[in-house]
Amino acid sequence: MSLPVIYVENLTRRFGDFVAVDHINFEVNEGEVVGYLGPNGSGKTTTIRMLLGLLMPSEGEATVLGYDVVRQSEEVRARVGYMSQKFAIYDDLTTLENLTFYGGVYGITDKKRIIETLELVGLTGHEHTLTRDLSTGWRQRLSLGIALVHKPKLLFLDEPTSGVDPTARRAFWDLIYELAASGVTILVTTHYMDEAEYCERVGVMRDGKLLAMDTPTNLKKSIITGNVWEVFAHPLEQGLDVLQELEGVDRVGLAGDHLRVISSQIQQETMQKLLSKNNIQVERIERGEPTLEDVFLALAR
Amino acid sequence: MRSRLLSIIRKEFIQILRDPRTLVLIILMPIMQLFLLGYAATTDVKNISMAVWDQSHTQQSRALLDAFRVANYFSIDYMIGSEDEYRTLIESGKIRAALIIPPDYDIRLLEGKAQVSLVLDGSDATVGGTALSVAKLIGQSYATKILSEQTALTGRQAAFAPPLDVRTQVWYNPDLIAAYFNVPGVIGMILYFITALLTASAVVRERERGTIEQLIVTPIRSWELVVGKILPYAILAFIDTLEILVIGHWWFGVPVRGHVGLVFLLSGLFVISSLGIGLFASTIANTQQEAFITVMITMLPSIFLSGFFFPIAAMPEFLQWVSAIIPLRYYLVIIRALLLKGVGLAALQNEVIALSIFAVVIMGAAALRFKKRLD
Repeated sequence: MSLPVIYVENLTRRFGDFVAVDHINFEVNEGEVVGYLGPNGSGKTTTIRMLLGLLMPSEGEATVLGYDVVRQSEEVRARVGYMSQKFAIYDDLTTLENLTFYGGVYGITDKKRIIETLELVGLTGHEHTLTRDLSTGWRQRLSLGIALVHKPKLLFLDEPTSGVDPTARRAFWDLIYELAASGVTILVTTHYMDEAEYCERVGVMRDGKLLAMDTPTNLKKSIITGNVWEVFAHPLEQGLDVLQELEGVDRVGLAGDHLRVISSQIQQETMQKLLSKNNIQVERIERGEPTLEDVFLALAR
Repeated sequence: MRSRLLSIIRKEFIQILRDPRTLVLIILMPIMQLFLLGYAATTDVKNISMAVWDQSHTQQSRALLDAFRVANYFSIDYMIGSEDEYRTLIESGKIRAALIIPPDYDIRLLEGKAQVSLVLDGSDATVGGTALSVAKLIGQSYATKILSEQTALTGRQAAFAPPLDVRTQVWYNPDLIAAYFNVPGVIGMILYFITALLTASAVVRERERGTIEQLIVTPIRSWELVVGKILPYAILAFIDTLEILVIGHWWFGVPVRGHVGLVFLLSGLFVISSLGIGLFASTIANTQQEAFITVMITMLPSIFLSGFFFPIAAMPEFLQWVSAIIPLRYYLVIIRALLLKGVGLAALQNEVIALSIFAVVIMGAAALRFKKRLD
């Protein structure tokens, strides 16, 4: 086994009394696409900023590509790409000018590489558009291009898809897979559950703590030990009230046109009877699959 | 390294050229300031409105009035006959000065004890002060003339009553034209304003937009980022210097007696100080607005304590000490001396040393605060 691309041990960052990142430990191996899931303010961005040497850790240590993030941050920076939450684009420059500028900053003077990057992120044809006139989806692509222009081996993407429409999001993930296939390791933060499903491994973060990190399948298996039931009943709200009172239910929640019940003890018949007794018309009760949302909510409790 | 620096400079120029407001500020502000300070803010005193109460009505008194007329500083607009009259005229602002010639002026003059009184409206200190000294000058030179005439008349030797000898000589700017004094000042002010303000806001803008975070994660070095960001503004500052010099020289007739190369060299020294202040301000401010306010806070003391309008020697001691840490103060001495006196480097030694120290200190302080980190 080669060294992990990212190695984090007891990494901690405090802002005054507030602990933004609380003794986290994880590793990321070469070629992986690792998701970092958590609500806003859970410490995802702070973690990435420490790995890039933008913020000093208060405690613990971390290496990126074998380089210490505190003492060798310049070595790290030259080899990684970073796409920040705020797309770091100059509004008053064109697409090409933005990319040429960042390329130049990385010491890339070869025009071919710039054009290549434009093609890679699908911005050909928009070279001379002022970026303030671009849609969010296009700006996102340019931002990725900026992170990629120097062919990094590791890519940090901080909420790359926030504010982008679903089609553009899907296209963006296709691009991420393409990059991963070419050997780039990717650490991507998100608060979208569906996006986390796309990752090979997912870390779940809350209040500065890394609650778990594993493949989505393993997470579901290990965290959601009960059964998942999908209850189609009418009226739904009253059904929810009734099931919430039922002993042995781990969690029950509304999910569109049905109720989602997680429990390891309750049987289908028990629910059926209870609902009918309360004058709730039960259409059907089915077994469901656990989702990352279930995992997240279970962990967050 | 060259590619990184050039990239920043090129990007900065594209941004400047694409922002019409900044461009207008850079090109038009110096012109506006020049014309404002060259014309409106003039302290030249001409044609002060004056009333005369001639109680003597003699040939001698008329001769004195002629002396005032010839000098052009006063315009005799009213001939009056009482104290109430000039009081009313001064109060209503119609006149700024009243000359009162006593009834026995001619007799007294022969005795050599003639006295006239001049009442001045001192509510505008500049005009009042100038009028007072001018009137004294006229009086003295006239007295000298009379004395020498009398001496000639009586056939006595000049040694008996030496004529009052007031030889006032004003060097460099003999007509005390305000523009000569103001134009070099405008150069200093504009250089300071353009470089400090634009540098501060250009750096803070990167922070506001979040691009600084992206720049920090690139291999760019802090000094490359700093130099690349401020060099374009330094170049613009030189264009402004040239613009002011050209307009000042050909429109306002301000002399350029010193070596032009030296003007630019020492202006460069001053620009480094201003850039340092702008850079330092950018490390304090988080938004462009804060940057603007921070620079403005340094702007007012710079203007008022640098000797731009008011002589430093006339300030209370405490403010004189404060003015010692204002770089514009030294630059104003330098630029005025270079343009008006045409001195060389040797005469400006102290100012050059002071500016150099300031430049090193402020740049060092800014560089220490300007780290490639977010916290």
